[in-house]
Amino acid sequence: MIALVLDGGIALLTIGIAAWTIRAADDFAAVVGFVAYGLILTLAWTRLGAYDVALTEAAIGGGATGVILMRAGARVKPAPVARPSKRARILVGALSAAVAAGLSAIVLLPPQPAPSLALEVRQHLASTGLGNPIGGVLMAYRAADTFLETVVVLLALFGVWSLGRDAHWGGRAGPAPRPGEGGALPLFARVLVPAGIVIGIYIVWVGADAPGGKFQGATILAAMAILAGMAGRYPPGRSSLSASALPAFRSPAPSSPIRPASRSR
Amino acid sequence: MSVLLGLFSAVSIVAGIVFFVAGTVGLLRFPDALTRLHALTKADNLGLGLIVLGLLPYSGSLGAALKLVVIWALVQFAGATVAQMIGALAAGEHPPFRGRRRR
Repeated sequence: MIALVLDGGIALLTIGIAAWTIRAADDFAAVVGFVAYGLILTLAWTRLGAYDVALTEAAIGGGATGVILMRAGARVKPAPVARPSKRARILVGALSAAVAAGLSAIVLLPPQPAPSLALEVRQHLASTGLGNPIGGVLMAYRAADTFLETVVVLLALFGVWSLGRDAHWGGRAGPAPRPGEGGALPLFARVLVPAGIVIGIYIVWVGADAPGGKFQGATILAAMAILAGMAGRYPPGRSSLSASALPAFRSPAPSSPIRPASRSR
Repeated sequence: MSVLLGLFSAVSIVAGIVFFVAGTVGLLRFPDALTRLHALTKADNLGLGLIVLGLLPYSGSLGAALKLVVIWALVQFAGATVAQMIGALAAGEHPPFRGRRRR
């Protein structure tokens, strides 16, 4: 009974936060909604017993993607959004409904018996030397896929690098400015980054036999790099690179999400 | 002994939940950013701390118990830092982030 209430609550919250995110009034609110959506999905995966997926969702879906979206939202210049015609909107709605219906059909009416290699993986897991079946699949059976995913990301980076204008890179790469002496963020980065590097490596290491692995661990390492980079440019305006520094705090636009609440609501 | 431990856990976790509920109510009801932060940090620090305290007897091993305490400490540290930064923004010490209207 309690489990039903809990699971039902998580399901309702998932749909509710998704709808709220789509309807959010500004980009900042939408990103906040997206991060909250990632966290509630993490809870859902935990309830399903998929701890590896839950960790990945928390690290990548909620954390890293949230940071990327927030930076993108602050950097991209506002453009007038042309409202699509009614016919286009109906078409998009119909196509979206068709995709949703197709996905639900796959989930609700799976072929019997469902195609699965899970049993074989479990039987031969010992030969990979890994105790975590998900780690075994990703790092042993699908080693080439996992490796080539990294190559694809690298190629995408080269593509953006080659096609993007120099100005959009925020200047030539060089020695990072010295971290600011005062302020909460430099202190935070100084203390947390060493601990975070250890935790990131630990997550990869423990992924051999327990939930964890390279995706989650690498995301934590990336978060530490972002944190160190942000702290080096804090407080905003301190360094000559500040045009690209902490864009979340610098982008000019009409309204602030952190505003004293009006009592006249 | 185990009854006492169970009682201790139940009381701690319920007290932690009370702090989270109070923090959420404060976040929704308080008038400005600084007082909302005040409500939120209480939930983070005391609420999570009490829940971790209640879970400690059931963590199974010393290592797992230590991990729980480390998680609480990290959340405290991150929460305090973020509260400082948002507080500085709210007090107007830095140019604020501004989301742009979409429509």
